[in-house]
Amino acid sequence: MADGRIDPESKYTLDRGMPGAFEGETVTRRRFMNVAAQGAGAVAVAAFVLPALGFAAGSALFERPPVTWQAIGPPDDFRKDTYIPRVITETPGIGEVGKTTVYVRRRDDAIDAPPNPPGYDEQIIAISTRCMHLGCPVRYVEASQRFICPCHGGVYDFRGFVDGGPPVRPLDRFYTRIRSGQVEIGPRYSVNSEFRRFPSYRDPAQDLDGIGQYIYPGRFSTPKQ
Amino acid sequence: MKLPLPPLPSALQPKPKRPGEEERVKPLDQVKEAGIGTVDWIDERTSLSGALRWTMFRKVPKGTNWFYTLGSATLFAFLSQAVTGVFLAMYYTPSPVEAYESARHITNDVFLGEFVRGMHKWGSTVMVILIFLHMGRVFFFGAYKYPRELSWLTGCVLVILTMVMALTGYLLPFDQRSYWATIVAVNITGTGPFVGPFLADFMRGGAAFGATTLSRFYAIHMLLVPGGIIALIGAHLYLVARLGTTAPPWMKPSSDTGHLEDRV
Repeated sequence: MADGRIDPESKYTLDRGMPGAFEGETVTRRRFMNVAAQGAGAVAVAAFVLPALGFAAGSALFERPPVTWQAIGPPDDFRKDTYIPRVITETPGIGEVGKTTVYVRRRDDAIDAPPNPPGYDEQIIAISTRCMHLGCPVRYVEASQRFICPCHGGVYDFRGFVDGGPPVRPLDRFYTRIRSGQVEIGPRYSVNSEFRRFPSYRDPAQDLDGIGQYIYPGRFSTPKQ
Repeated sequence: MKLPLPPLPSALQPKPKRPGEEERVKPLDQVKEAGIGTVDWIDERTSLSGALRWTMFRKVPKGTNWFYTLGSATLFAFLSQAVTGVFLAMYYTPSPVEAYESARHITNDVFLGEFVRGMHKWGSTVMVILIFLHMGRVFFFGAYKYPRELSWLTGCVLVILTMVMALTGYLLPFDQRSYWATIVAVNITGTGPFVGPFLADFMRGGAAFGATTLSRFYAIHMLLVPGGIIALIGAHLYLVARLGTTAPPWMKPSSDTGHLEDRV
């Protein structure tokens, strides 16, 4: 309809008789400016919001701390029939808060039924005090040979297997090795009720049997062996 | 009704003006005049008086009672938290090594520190109680119904943000109770399927409670959430002024004409 008549309803700028219009153009200058200004605003906002979000979440979700090993004494310090508590630094640089107690004993083939997985030859078992209900600190009670949590009554047997109360899986453990005559404690790992290892350790209250191991995936923020 | 003033002795009675005598401007009148002038100057440029009249001089329904003050009470609890919180921040150090010591310093050494910290600590409980009482009032009076659904929704978000404030503030004294309560709270968050473990990482700033966890909670507690609360309180109050309040459910509708057919 480019014969000079003006049709104000048309989507073509030419038909509407706009100065400077050309064949087939539908975007008016007003609309173009509008979209350009809003788009520039969106780019400007994204330019500070996206880096800020990445800054807040990036290192929290994706930064792997290094694998560290801490010596806790010669292997002769530890026995098969009881646990010896040792304090290690789990998070360096924050003083007392970063320390945690681990209960250490010698591996006993009679009760630690599953053999070491291939590639591991652990002589020492180090059990974490983090309760697998909600993370309170458990203590080992010699008289009953149980780990007992003060918060909500979680009870674990000598191997750290859940004996009663709300915890959803056995107590976490730490990798151990013997170097230069010293037992060394490495990164934490989680186990399910068959004592299968999950090297990307899970937070407490996350079930690792059946569907649990899939709905609570491993994270990018745990140390990688 | 205006009561007649007691008669003054004749010596104290103001003398009538002599003809031709100018009235002297008293200092009090000058002050009044200056005040009115300033207010006028601002109002001419902002038209704020209209907005103020719109907010303050609203019609309230018959039957409005003390339960209707719970919202304002929550607002004042929030203001008290905001003011005491700002001043507590002047002495508090959000570092894992110094936090407990700085909180102890506020309580034991700083002048009125125990009082201001106590206000903030107990005030948080008061605010949570008040906001739930307010929510209960709105619920049982049916005040969430049309056209006030948005007031209810903003209010619900405000309840959640208040709980976030209570949770994040709980860690800041950094004693045994705060530390373990936060561990438990983060682990509860972690139980959400699929996203839970990553949300927990986001809250802690890593896989374990670390150097940045406390400062994260501090930033969320004193910057992020208060900003959201202030914005939502603004929206909430705007809706109150815009829509008015409801009459309590036991008030029967009455008609201006008295005709029976006006009653529904």
